[in-house]
Amino acid sequence: MKTLAASPSNTGFPHRHLLGIEGLKPAEITLLLDLAESYVEQNRQPDKKRTVLRGRTLINLFFETSTRTRTSFELAAKRMGADVINISVSDSAIKKGETLLDTAMTLNAMHPDVLVVRTPFSGAVNLLSQKVNGAVVNAGDGSHEHPTQALLDALTIRRRLGRLQGLTVAICGDIAHSRVARSNVHLLNTMGARVRVVAPPTLLPGSFARLGVECFTDMRKGLEGCDIVMMLRLQSERMQGAYVPSVHEYFRYWGLDYDKLEMAKPDALIMHPGPMNRGVEIDSEVADDLGRSLIREQVEVGVAVRMACLDVLTRNLAPANGGAA
Amino acid sequence: MAARDIAQGDARKPATGRVAYVNARLLDPASGLDTKGGLVTDGEAIAALGPEVTAKSHPEGTIIVDCGGHCLAPGLVDMRVQVREPGEEHKETIASASRAAVAGGVTAMVCLPNTEPLIDDVAVLEFVARRAREVKLCKIFAYATVTKGLKGEALTEMGLLSEAGAAGFTDGTAAVSNPQVMRRALSYARGFDALVIQHPEEKHLAGTGAMNEGEIATRLGLPGIPVAAELIMVERDLRLVEMTQGRYHAAHLSTASALDEIRQAKRRGLRVTCDTAPPYFALNESAVGDYRTFAKLSPPLRSEDDRRAVVAALKDGTIDVIASDHAPQDQDSKRVPFMQAEFGTSGLETLLAVSLELYHGGHLPLLKVLELMTVRPADLLRLPLGRLKAGAPADLVLFDLDRPWQIDADLLVSKSKNSAFDERPVQGVVLRTVVDGRAVFVRDAAG
Repeated sequence: MKTLAASPSNTGFPHRHLLGIEGLKPAEITLLLDLAESYVEQNRQPDKKRTVLRGRTLINLFFETSTRTRTSFELAAKRMGADVINISVSDSAIKKGETLLDTAMTLNAMHPDVLVVRTPFSGAVNLLSQKVNGAVVNAGDGSHEHPTQALLDALTIRRRLGRLQGLTVAICGDIAHSRVARSNVHLLNTMGARVRVVAPPTLLPGSFARLGVECFTDMRKGLEGCDIVMMLRLQSERMQGAYVPSVHEYFRYWGLDYDKLEMAKPDALIMHPGPMNRGVEIDSEVADDLGRSLIREQVEVGVAVRMACLDVLTRNLAPANGGAA
Repeated sequence: MAARDIAQGDARKPATGRVAYVNARLLDPASGLDTKGGLVTDGEAIAALGPEVTAKSHPEGTIIVDCGGHCLAPGLVDMRVQVREPGEEHKETIASASRAAVAGGVTAMVCLPNTEPLIDDVAVLEFVARRAREVKLCKIFAYATVTKGLKGEALTEMGLLSEAGAAGFTDGTAAVSNPQVMRRALSYARGFDALVIQHPEEKHLAGTGAMNEGEIATRLGLPGIPVAAELIMVERDLRLVEMTQGRYHAAHLSTASALDEIRQAKRRGLRVTCDTAPPYFALNESAVGDYRTFAKLSPPLRSEDDRRAVVAALKDGTIDVIASDHAPQDQDSKRVPFMQAEFGTSGLETLLAVSLELYHGGHLPLLKVLELMTVRPADLLRLPLGRLKAGAPADLVLFDLDRPWQIDADLLVSKSKNSAFDERPVQGVVLRTVVDGRAVFVRDAAG
């Protein structure tokens, strides 16, 4: 297999890897979203199988536990006809002392076409991508980026409201530690939306304003007049006093309930990347509000978005099976 | 002496009807008022005041109190008091501290949270509020702790506690020593515009120190607490305030160098404030003398140069508030070798008289002295108190500015008799204290 991408510029997506949203151009994002749109329909058909990725091998390399993202990538790859291997933290050689790069080199020697990687360390996916021949997709690196989540969020919004340009989106919760927040900030800003971030001061670094967002510590003010409320998960170890005194207090001031939601536009939509902590960052009733919650739709279009990403990235690789792509 | 008729009934009953305090020297630091005149209360509020209020022309039923030309000012707001209840009721209770407060002209006090149990959740805060309502002499507010269990690690529920009435957050007589915790406390509290109050002492430097580090400590063979213990903590905190833009208040400052840091920080525009307590402008380390445990304080009494610097900082506005730093200790805590004695002095009843030395000694104008104990702490804590103004709560102190007396620890109303000022001759006697229109303290003609 050749090591370099075959004239990537032909595909309209001149990147070998998908490591983050930062640096992607509006046209590149639109390309992925448009392509994903077509896969949403396909995924609703009884026959979901395609052969675009026939002959390709995809390895899901997850150093953090994950249900939905890993499954979503696996389904996406299988529906596209690829062979999929899952490696999770419990059975990875990292546990035995192997370094990240050694693991990458070992896997690389088996000629995977795509490596989907999740790691608790910011920047680790970039590092790994420099040592392998295939395409690398960042499925979340520490507090840095989670590009396919931002893309699926964008597609979900676009399908419902028809656009991203000009919308006001409030991203609420553990902004400091959130890769979802960072990827979404980059994507929404690139596509012309107005982005706000809302968090307790301890979870909202002052330098976030430098990323081109408006910062709020008062959730009611942050939600005022917005079109989309995007909630983030708050990890339990962060609610025991170091950042936030308690779950009780967090929900009171930063949990999404109907009372705070009233500040947003009357038809404002609610999103959450999952998994949700009901009663911590979101009220159960709100999460299950079929008229306003896009949470299930996010999961659905997630598969389509990953199919589009795999499609585009493998087009940039040397042709498989003598050129049938 | 002023009429005693209205003090005979139950002082805890809500005030009704009109009382006219006439023939008074009205002093209101907030407005700069200093004039002969009178003040009328109607029920719990001030109805009118000014030179035109005299003994004449009041509606029938108005009780007339002749102030004998003495000073009538807003009741004192004491922002740093340890009441020891719950947990150490043998030293002081909410009731005994309240009696001491009103005897000292204090109409509102704020309790430190280092009780047992600690005030680190809403339930204990509400207990203190309930006891205050039962005792109902002066107004009582309380701080909650910055960290749960005073462990210096996890933040308390500052939002819920603020809503429940916490006047601010402090680990009381302990410093928040971990800088990351202090940073997050300032940052998190900023979200609720809550005040974080620090006991500025670097605990490792203070160590087992019992008094100010220096010549006297050396002669006495006592381990010292260096000036740097205060300075380093204030310096560090000011850096954290710059990072977080939190609301920060340094309690009971005692050293020239720490005050200089605050002075410069204020010039830079930081939102910082500080207070001191009477011992730090009225006494120096020589008060420890022959191992006098009543003079064992935290922070320790400092050098004469530091004492003068405190006075200078009061003059130039670096210090925002004078608080009593009332720290009652029973005999068992003080009648022991100096090293084993507890820190602290009783302060509620001597706050006004000792502070008036600043006026009698020609250091500060009278209104300025009163301002530091009335409108300044009230504004800092966002309490609608400390003013003589129509419509404001009728919280008043009537005092004889000049009458000399000698402080006698044994005669203190407080349950604990530990006063660093024992036997000190002072001038200025509280004659009457009024809270929400109720005369909660009236000095006997003989007293």
